[in-house]
Amino acid sequence: MKRILIIGITTAAIFSSCKKDDTPEYNPNVKADLSVEFDNVAGAADLQMNTATYNNAAGESFKVTKLKYYVSNFVFTNSNGTTYTVPQKDSYFLIDESDPAAREAELQVPEGEYKSVSFIVGVDSLRNTMDVSQRTGVLDVAGTASDMYWGWNSGYIFFKLEGTSAASMMGGVFQYHIGGFGGYSSSTANNIRKITLDLTARGVAKVKSGKSTNIHLMVDILKALNGTTNMSFATLPMVHSIAPGTPVANNYVSMFTHEHTEN
Amino acid sequence: MVMYRKYLWVIVVLIAGVSACNKEITAEYESFRGFVQPSNFPQPFYRFGNNAVTKERFELGRKLFYDPLLSSNNTISCGSCHIQTSAFTHHGHAVSHGIFDRMGTRNSPPIMNLAWSTSLMWDGGIVDLDLQPIAPITNHVEMDDSMPNVLNKLRNSSAYPALFQKAYGSPEITSTGFLKALSQFMLMCVSSNSKYDSVMRNQALFTAEEQEGYQLFRQKCNTCHTEPLFTDHSFRNNGLPPSMVDDPGRYLVTQKPEDRYKFKVPSLRNLSFTAPYMHDGRLFTLDAVFDHYTTQVQHTPNLDPLFLVNAQPGLAISAAESQKLIAFLKTLNDRSFLLDKLLSEQ
Repeated sequence: MKRILIIGITTAAIFSSCKKDDTPEYNPNVKADLSVEFDNVAGAADLQMNTATYNNAAGESFKVTKLKYYVSNFVFTNSNGTTYTVPQKDSYFLIDESDPAAREAELQVPEGEYKSVSFIVGVDSLRNTMDVSQRTGVLDVAGTASDMYWGWNSGYIFFKLEGTSAASMMGGVFQYHIGGFGGYSSSTANNIRKITLDLTARGVAKVKSGKSTNIHLMVDILKALNGTTNMSFATLPMVHSIAPGTPVANNYVSMFTHEHTEN
Repeated sequence: MVMYRKYLWVIVVLIAGVSACNKEITAEYESFRGFVQPSNFPQPFYRFGNNAVTKERFELGRKLFYDPLLSSNNTISCGSCHIQTSAFTHHGHAVSHGIFDRMGTRNSPPIMNLAWSTSLMWDGGIVDLDLQPIAPITNHVEMDDSMPNVLNKLRNSSAYPALFQKAYGSPEITSTGFLKALSQFMLMCVSSNSKYDSVMRNQALFTAEEQEGYQLFRQKCNTCHTEPLFTDHSFRNNGLPPSMVDDPGRYLVTQKPEDRYKFKVPSLRNLSFTAPYMHDGRLFTLDAVFDHYTTQVQHTPNLDPLFLVNAQPGLAISAAESQKLIAFLKTLNDRSFLLDKLLSEQ
């Protein structure tokens, strides 16, 4: 009897300790580092700007000379079903392929296990209409954002893909500038796109203080050109206003995939 | 000698008069009153809560407005195409020539009563006055510079860090400080002292002809050129035949077919000083404007329905009525605005 009791206690102790190891204790009142990495690729190859030649679905070959896009308004869904919205002021990032320091969104979220992430490609309408004093950091129109802003039709450019292609009749150059938050007083096309990615298949994010968790996303720029509408540099070499950018925005909702999570 | 003495007196009196004038101007200047709401105007559209006008910020804005440092080769200032003596337009220029004499496609609009403007530019592409200067600074044919470069030039100048310190309490030159100072200067460009304003404030009377013109104006023009700002801030196609440029106007901003060829209704204040007229400055005289509205209106897409009430597109205005209307319209001129030293390059 005593022996059984001892075995029982030991088993219980083992199980409970096992349980402890399985589920680290998260303190939702403590915030910890979580980064989202935007790894720009072209199909199955890492994106090489200026040097590598790619082909679009229209059969045109091209090189990429510039790739920049805003990601903002991050929301994370905990495995327990609750969501955490990153405070908006800390939620704007400009991903710039030419700058190795500008390929990650570095965030602080409450400790916990997260099963999905969502964000928007672009800058929300609220920030697009805010007082200039609220446009700081990557949104500073005289700083980082000076290259990502339409002065003549006020609003941020969400996504810029530029390059060269013999198919373009505009001096062999193509420029796709996508923007349009819906307009101030009169409505315009809205090219803000929300992306939601499930993390369960390739690794949930286990965020805990003292370590840094990284959600690694692949961003296939070929999918910005090929998809619902196959873009052609021969027929449309330049996009510099809102409405013509909509097909590209509709394409690039599919360019983000979750590769893995480094916990 | 007697004669000379007489002249001497005249000279003494003249000098006294001039110095008195100077004193008056100085006194007015010393007591900077900030933005003053004209009693016969509606509430401003601009959110002054985000940018309360102060003397130091206004003066910084004025210096920036007249500084060619804002252009890529330091030759063109805001004041180059917005000249005070022409109510801050580019008098005599259908379209303006900017940097390297590159030509634009639209007529330089007056910088006047912008505190009440619900949008800026002929196509309304900009809503927030604070963001307006970015457009001419970065436009290839206007100042052709970049915002970061302009701010760097200011940072490296001898004068500006101290002026920003005075205005904002820090020598740091930020886009917010820069843009809001320019807004302060533009907001202070208020024209509200025309004869029309005096009549509305019961300080003067129209002549009989002006009064008749006013009645006609209220019948035929006031729907779009609404008192007291003489614009309803809307976008309309007034039937100009498209030019070689084929500027689609508001369509560029909204990309809606129903906005093609629509342009903002301009204010009529100071119209004697703001020729040429229309979005591309194609009409040089007021007579040409009346000629357009009475006989030249073309039925292009989206022509405003107001021009379609008669057998022929346009407005029914007789020659006699035109003269009365012009008499009234001239009461919208405000010379004090053109001469206000506060708004001049110092």
